[in-house]
Amino acid sequence: MSLELLDIHKHFGPVRANDGITITVQEGSLHGLLGENGAGKSTLMKVLSGFHSADSGRIVLDGREIKLANPDDAIEAGIGMLHQDPLVFLPFSVIDNFVLGSPGSARLDRKKAARELSELCERYGFNISPDTPARLLTVGERQQLEIIRLLWLGARVLILDEPTTGISADQRAKLFETLKALATEGMSVIFVSHKLEEVADLCERVTVMTRGKVVGEAELPVPPEQLVEMMFGQSIEIHDRDSVPLGTSHLAFDSVRTATGLLSEEPISLDVQSGEVIGIAGMEGSGQDAFLRLCCGMRTPKEGTVSIGGKDMTGKHYRDYLAADVKYLPAGRLEEGLIEGLTITEHFVLTGEKQSFFVDWNAARERAVEQIEHYTIKGTEASTAESLSGGNQQRVLLAMLPPELTVLLMEHPTRGLDIESADWVWEQLLARRQQGTSILFASADLDELLRYSDRILVFFSGRVIGELDANNTNVEEIGMLIGGRRAPSSGSVSS
Amino acid sequence: MTSNRLLYALIPAGVVVVAAFGLLLAAGTNGFEPIKLIVEGSIGWPPFEEGTSSKVGDTVMVWVPIALASAGLIVTFNAGMWNIGIEGQIIMGAIFAAFVAREVSVSRPLLIALIILAGAVGGMLWGLLVGVLRTAGGVNEIFGGLGLDFVAASITTYLIIDPWSRTGVASTSGTDPFPDEALLPSLEGTRLSPLAIVITLVAIAGIWLLFRGTLYGLKLKAVGRNRPSSFLMGIPTNRYLLGAFVICGALAGIAGTSQAIGFHFRLIPAISGNYGFLAILVVLLARFRAFWVIPISFFFAMIAVGSSQLQLRLDVNSALGGVLQGTLVLSAMFGLGWAAHRFRKQAEAGAEST
Repeated sequence: MSLELLDIHKHFGPVRANDGITITVQEGSLHGLLGENGAGKSTLMKVLSGFHSADSGRIVLDGREIKLANPDDAIEAGIGMLHQDPLVFLPFSVIDNFVLGSPGSARLDRKKAARELSELCERYGFNISPDTPARLLTVGERQQLEIIRLLWLGARVLILDEPTTGISADQRAKLFETLKALATEGMSVIFVSHKLEEVADLCERVTVMTRGKVVGEAELPVPPEQLVEMMFGQSIEIHDRDSVPLGTSHLAFDSVRTATGLLSEEPISLDVQSGEVIGIAGMEGSGQDAFLRLCCGMRTPKEGTVSIGGKDMTGKHYRDYLAADVKYLPAGRLEEGLIEGLTITEHFVLTGEKQSFFVDWNAARERAVEQIEHYTIKGTEASTAESLSGGNQQRVLLAMLPPELTVLLMEHPTRGLDIESADWVWEQLLARRQQGTSILFASADLDELLRYSDRILVFFSGRVIGELDANNTNVEEIGMLIGGRRAPSSGSVSS
Repeated sequence: MTSNRLLYALIPAGVVVVAAFGLLLAAGTNGFEPIKLIVEGSIGWPPFEEGTSSKVGDTVMVWVPIALASAGLIVTFNAGMWNIGIEGQIIMGAIFAAFVAREVSVSRPLLIALIILAGAVGGMLWGLLVGVLRTAGGVNEIFGGLGLDFVAASITTYLIIDPWSRTGVASTSGTDPFPDEALLPSLEGTRLSPLAIVITLVAIAGIWLLFRGTLYGLKLKAVGRNRPSSFLMGIPTNRYLLGAFVICGALAGIAGTSQAIGFHFRLIPAISGNYGFLAILVVLLARFRAFWVIPISFFFAMIAVGSSQLQLRLDVNSALGGVLQGTLVLSAMFGLGWAAHRFRKQAEAGAEST
């Protein structure tokens, strides 16, 4: 079905998230929506899927204007949205998740639903069994479940918001194949992303948004430089890696093993020197998280020793690691980093170097204004953490880091960020590296891993399956290891 | 915009008035009469006339424990904790105060200071226990607190029946009155204690300052809003949670002390008067703002004291006062929530028309 968004306006206070957006999506087309973070893509899609109501503007579906007061109306009209984090209830089984949003409440025919689920799975080549607990599904499989659920509910317009974050390359290929098949069946697909290559790979047409406005439209393929120019006004240059002379040992693992679960089978030994950047690769949940938590004292090893700067820190508390200038920034910026409801100023007061019992709010606000300027944060000193876009939240987190750091541990430093913000983040990180900080970062982005790491640790199924020299490897080799296949020519596995 | 703001304030007030009158009419009164009687019974009609000082004194001394407990609850609420155990903390404060009042004989000023200190310590320990159960044992503070409320109430009953029973009588009505030196100094012919008022106002100002100007208050708020983030920032989250229970417990303990040596002058079974639960409602209505606690708890104190008139004068059960309090809170919260919702809609509609 064809879809028109006509002059959509949506303001949040003074922020014009959508400022007169007009987009036409043809029936059976794969339409890309490209833009940096905070460009207003997600807002627009939330308007289209009934989560937000637009301040003004019209939505026309197959020539008929529709009103969407809530997500129910949207799905009724045939518009289904796949969120960045699939809305799957983990404690439920696949089939319970599947029927959860179905209309009607009294009678629930699980058997019929399970049959239809299996048929849909077969049709699109998914391999999800109805009785599996949803928590055992990978992020990619959860997406597959959401897609067939939306199809089952009668969606004929499918919106995907940044669907490729957190899924493997194989799953992405499968996803793209599915979306192409759906489009040939007449489904209109809107693919929201900030990744140029993906939009170029998949879509037939692209709309580019910046700061709440449409700044360009194009039939694909077009040269990527042209899209970058639409998004940013100029092409972004890629930084080359400077080599930093490595120094003393900053973080050392000697045969470290946890008691149960991930990382409990094979002990890990590792020595990270000052100025070294270690990339951590692997499918989500392969032990990277447990590893980083071992590095900062949030988990205690059962065997082996962990030392920081040559000092044995095994069994010490997280705050002792913090005092030894080890800092951990997990992926969930609003869950494990910033505090919802508190302002930027309050965040800087909480993490400031000089802490006194009584807070001098005037001085604190001045400092916050300086930091906001220095770190080019889009927001004011009175902005709350949750009002900032992902990129700006990351900037605040980096601004909150202490000036001296021995080891910096990060999960997905650039996840969900646009190219400009991602580059900015790495500029900051590389500057830290120049000062001698050792950086360990987990990422799902193989290019990022290859570009910035000195060494890459690949995790698979709760152990380190490979340790690679970033200068002597390639995407294929890492990809093989991530999938659990030890390539014969790969670097030695640490033991 | 101004008309919106006005609406925002008027909607909750309107909902409250409608609900209150509805209730009073349903109870078989003419609506106005009970309100007048409550005012008359608590502060006199016309208010603060000659000869009303005894009533006013009672109302103020009911206001004191509600306001103190509310001030304490602002701390635990900010730390993200539902301190249902506040009732038990009030009771423990009263028990500790009663112990010193009965057993210690020193000069009066020192004795009063010791009693208040003991009450604060009693409430504090009982609060700390809820906190320890929560942080070390993983017992949800709502269940832990509720359990400790029962324990504290049972200890009171035990003390009254057995070790502290009235001389020669086995009665559950209360202990013997405390010696005069152990009672809060009050104005002639009333219960009104200037010292209690000062302590309450200082406590409220202190809580205001805690969250307005100190790093400790900010960290408490951080812990309450997001524990994992606070932990990663290096804030010792458990210590802050315990701190919140200690502060709240101490204030609740002083509230219990005031009940023991400022109102009932002895230990009685229901010494807390349910003021802890009432304080939870006060804080929710005050939306965690310290200074709003002052008028809101006074209002509740007026209903508590004044509703005893209902039975005498209108032949309506005085429990109507409690029903009225509950109705007022629920309707006010409904009104506030509804107004906030309306307000957002209005703002959106306003943006649409521009």
